[in-house]
Amino acid sequence: MSDMSENLLELKGISKSFPGVQALDNVDFDLRPGEVHALVGENGAGKSTLVKVITGVHQPDAGEIRFQGQPVTFPNPLVAQQHGVAAIYQEPTLFPDLSVGENIFIGHQPVRPMTRRMDWKRLYERAGELLNALGVKLDPRTRVRGLSVAQQQMVEIAKALSLNARILIMDEPTSALTLRDVEDLFRITRRLREAGTAIVFISHRLEEAFELADRITVLRDGHYVGTRPVPSTTTDEVIQMMVGRTLDTLFPKEEVEIGEVMLRVEGLTKEGLFHDVSFELRRGEILGLAGLVGARRTDVARAIFGISPADSGSIWVDSRQVRISNPQEALALGIVYVPEDRQQQGLVLPMDITQNITLPILREFARRGGWLDNSAERETAQEFAERLDVRAAGLWQKVQQLSGGNQQKVVLAKWLAARPHILILDEPTRGIDVGTKAAVHELMSKLAGQGMSILMISSELPEILGMSDRIVVMYEGRVTAHFTRQEATQEKIMAAATGQPFSNS
Amino acid sequence: MTVKARAVPSPSILSGLLLRWEWLLVVLLGIACMVNASLSPYFLDVHNLFDMTFHFMERSLIALPMAFIIISGNIDLSVASNLGMSTIIMAASYKAGLNIWLAMLLGLAAGAVGGLINGLLVARVRLPSLVVTLGTYALYRGVAFVILGDLVVTGFPSSFTAIGQGYVGHTPIPVPLVIFAFFAVLFGLLLHRTAFGRLVYAVGNNETACRFSGVAVDRIRIILFTLSGLMSALAGVVLSARFGSARPNIALGFELDVITAVVLGGVDINGGQGTMPGVVLALFLIGVVRYGMSLKNVPGQIQNTLIGMLLIVAILLPQFLRRLASRSRA
Repeated sequence: MSDMSENLLELKGISKSFPGVQALDNVDFDLRPGEVHALVGENGAGKSTLVKVITGVHQPDAGEIRFQGQPVTFPNPLVAQQHGVAAIYQEPTLFPDLSVGENIFIGHQPVRPMTRRMDWKRLYERAGELLNALGVKLDPRTRVRGLSVAQQQMVEIAKALSLNARILIMDEPTSALTLRDVEDLFRITRRLREAGTAIVFISHRLEEAFELADRITVLRDGHYVGTRPVPSTTTDEVIQMMVGRTLDTLFPKEEVEIGEVMLRVEGLTKEGLFHDVSFELRRGEILGLAGLVGARRTDVARAIFGISPADSGSIWVDSRQVRISNPQEALALGIVYVPEDRQQQGLVLPMDITQNITLPILREFARRGGWLDNSAERETAQEFAERLDVRAAGLWQKVQQLSGGNQQKVVLAKWLAARPHILILDEPTRGIDVGTKAAVHELMSKLAGQGMSILMISSELPEILGMSDRIVVMYEGRVTAHFTRQEATQEKIMAAATGQPFSNS
Repeated sequence: MTVKARAVPSPSILSGLLLRWEWLLVVLLGIACMVNASLSPYFLDVHNLFDMTFHFMERSLIALPMAFIIISGNIDLSVASNLGMSTIIMAASYKAGLNIWLAMLLGLAAGAVGGLINGLLVARVRLPSLVVTLGTYALYRGVAFVILGDLVVTGFPSSFTAIGQGYVGHTPIPVPLVIFAFFAVLFGLLLHRTAFGRLVYAVGNNETACRFSGVAVDRIRIILFTLSGLMSALAGVVLSARFGSARPNIALGFELDVITAVVLGGVDINGGQGTMPGVVLALFLIGVVRYGMSLKNVPGQIQNTLIGMLLIVAILLPQFLRRLASRSRA
């Protein structure tokens, strides 16, 4: 028990589940004063849930939290804050029209003892001291609006210090920063570490974790995989830990004859989002687009579907160069896109199943004078709802009453009813139950067998490896690797997705 | 397991709250008629009942496209001003010597262009319709005054004024009522029986999902605002024919009654919901209530105050009922 006391914070056997998902399963995590502890894992590994347990946003279903050796509970974020827990996020959450100093002391402004009026002089003095201690050259009287993201993060950190934070959680703090800003952030983080602050550092850039952290803890699918001290581990080992699950869920991609090129994308670029993206997709092929969240895969898909067209580069469909400036044009070319956010982008929730399925092809049921042929419409909806095995009381049921899996089936039914040649699927099985997931995979395989070309964006490596004929990996807006089904391994993909040159050791 | 659409009877569109809402309007309409009958023994006379409709057919014509626009998640505040502008363009060109029917076509075209401008600003420039049409509300009325100043145009031929004052043959049925009935059926069918109407609901419920489904959202918005301008101009034709004159302040404040009727008719002010029968019932309800107030010599300003209150109640009541329903469910 003696080694426990040197831990500032200790989490043991933490479990947390949400409807349909076991987000954390018996996870351990500890944190010592004066260390940077990196938390890594794929998307959905449970990093954010763990952070939310530490900050008191979520309460664990099981497990124990000890603070300086004493058991504690964090029933809400305020209690966690009183224990010295502070967090900064990828996007700063400051008030743009207030000054730097006001933002630092928001909610606990210094006031004069008798009159309870704001003590502006002291506020700006103390804000200046905090910024000085961080080595940040920033006037506390400047307005936050107009500051760079990096400067705003410095303000966030100063705010955390003003609350006497002893545990600082940095959730993907670098993803919106330039290289120079990242170095500044690291310098300040190291300074805080020397002052004894315990820091939880979350990043999908492995090299950053290795540069900054003293220890690295790996989570995978809500499980605790292990903790390694940095000097004695390697990126290869950590990647292995991140992906090293057995492929127990086998995906049924059948062998089909791969035909001619259906879609070719060349040098597709959209300023600030993605650069020089090229790939081709053949008839009957499933092309996996792998990468981590923020790799800009969705933006590429949206450019192809015409929702936000690319700035430069070319798109070829059926060996003909095309311009796609809106989804109607994509649809006319036989391209459809199943979005990841099905509630906002995929479905009209208050409308019924029939109305959702026929939305893109409503014109087909318009008779003379625009008259809607309801029975023809219902027949088509029935046909595709049956094909997708949508489970509902009836086609008249509102989509908002369906489960996530059935909602996804309605979105798929909608797009299959449009009889596409090129199907773009964005995280087609995220947030849906295992049974539906298998059904979706089986359907994809069948569609490919019928000659459809499928571009599948997925952050789940087993899905990518199981379903794809070929794999394109993206990292921060660029294509970093191409693999055939035979060459691909979880390790190679993860290395390319985290911007690592993979060493075949 | 598949969809059991045939096993379970599908509930009709007129089920649930909507059914109750439209029946509520029928009951309110009955009460309003009874109150009016007690105020005047001649109220229930067939001729009187028909003549009463003269007073609100112009607003009703504008309310039809307004229902579409609100269901699609927008609003058009410029309708009365657009009516003023297009009517004054018609009247001024008639006064300048143009044939009355050509002048009428010119007025209708002007109204459609006014609506088209609203539509382009909303759909292409992506400005909120509330602000766009508040701007054109002032702009179009201003154009009417610039063209005609404080003058009044009168002396329309009787063939023209018959549009607003006449009866169908020797029946007691007013011509404006027939015009409205024709368009009410047309717009009702358009909303409830065509692909276009379906898309209007879809856009009002989730514009993003519609764009992601390849629905030409911008084109629908432009069509709706253009229709609204055209119908406003048509209402201006009927109104100036009924008055036998046209002045720049014609139809001032009409948007109040129009929007009130649409919302009272059960159209969700946030878009996505509502029916044409509900809107038509609400139009008659407001018409009868206003007529009753006129019977009692209630001044116009007081009438507007009461209609304004009715608008607030009509917006609040469904939200209140919904909250009540969700609480009883919990």
